[in-house]
Amino acid sequence: MKITVKLFANLRKGRFKVNDLEFPEGTNVLQVLNDLSIDAEEMKIGIIFVNGRHASFDTVLKEQDVLAIFPPVAGG
Amino acid sequence: MDEKAASLLKKFSEAGSLAWAEVREISSQTGVQERSLEDQALSQGIIPLRYHRNIGTISVSEQQVLLNSKVVVIGCGGLGGNVLEQLARLGIGTIIGWDFDAFEEHNINRQILSDISLLGKSKVEAAESRLKAINPAVCFQAVKSRFDMEQARTVLPGCKTVIDALDNARDRLKLSSACRELGIPLVHGAVEGWVGQLTTQFPGDTVIEEIYRQNYENGRILSTPAFTPALVASLQVAETVKILLGRGELLRNRIMLINLLDMDMETIELCTDD
Repeated sequence: MKITVKLFANLRKGRFKVNDLEFPEGTNVLQVLNDLSIDAEEMKIGIIFVNGRHASFDTVLKEQDVLAIFPPVAGG
Repeated sequence: MDEKAASLLKKFSEAGSLAWAEVREISSQTGVQERSLEDQALSQGIIPLRYHRNIGTISVSEQQVLLNSKVVVIGCGGLGGNVLEQLARLGIGTIIGWDFDAFEEHNINRQILSDISLLGKSKVEAAESRLKAINPAVCFQAVKSRFDMEQARTVLPGCKTVIDALDNARDRLKLSSACRELGIPLVHGAVEGWVGQLTTQFPGDTVIEEIYRQNYENGRILSTPAFTPALVASLQVAETVKILLGRGELLRNRIMLINLLDMDMETIELCTDD
């Protein structure tokens, strides 16, 4: 199945901004993160949205889902 | 409406504009406050000179709406300083600045209200004198304390919009629930390094909680250059003006993410059909 992955801020370093990727049916968010070598340290404060809805590591993805991951900032 | 003031306004504006010195003159002759005089002038279709270049972007009656609006800025540092400066120039009539802190030397790289002579001085007091110097018609109220829920319940009511210019997640979550409880729209902005983030939360929405729900820890020292807060502050002010005037498309249910290293701005559309 095809998943669109959008990365923001530092997560783009050495990766991409947006990419359509193929995954087997039943893949969850964590498996995509592993596949992109985004480790727990990088994801400690990462926010995950699937199709504009807040999601978690174990959210199972479907064909054509848009997965957006960004580290929120809190400075002012 | 004060009749003497009205006729003086008419007389002084015959040349086609109304200068600040004339507003002052009318105020000293009639005892009517400068801001009320500007308000009266606008209802007569007379544009105070200081707002001339606002007109076109906004209408004369919209300028009057801004002049009669009350907005609170929570945090008067990198974001807040720039926000306050712009609100005063726009002619937002009542502005509250809330911050407990005093300037330190490491603020000077980005905080527009700070300078060498103000080190150790209160940020809200600096805001007060800066705003008075820019637009003396504006009523500025300083709240010099840490943000807390109890005080929010006395300070926030009557405000049309709250601007989040805080510097940590914990206070943002408190502010979010205060605005929800009091039914006030919240314009959120945050910055770090080359990255900025922005969204608008209306009462009933939970976007701030969605962003910071991961138990966000903020113990590290943040790096922030001058340009990121100035940009995000401008976007927050534009959003605030739109809320006050009921115009344009807001960032409600959208999170705007700005990356100045790549020079791109993207918005994540949030799904609301629950």
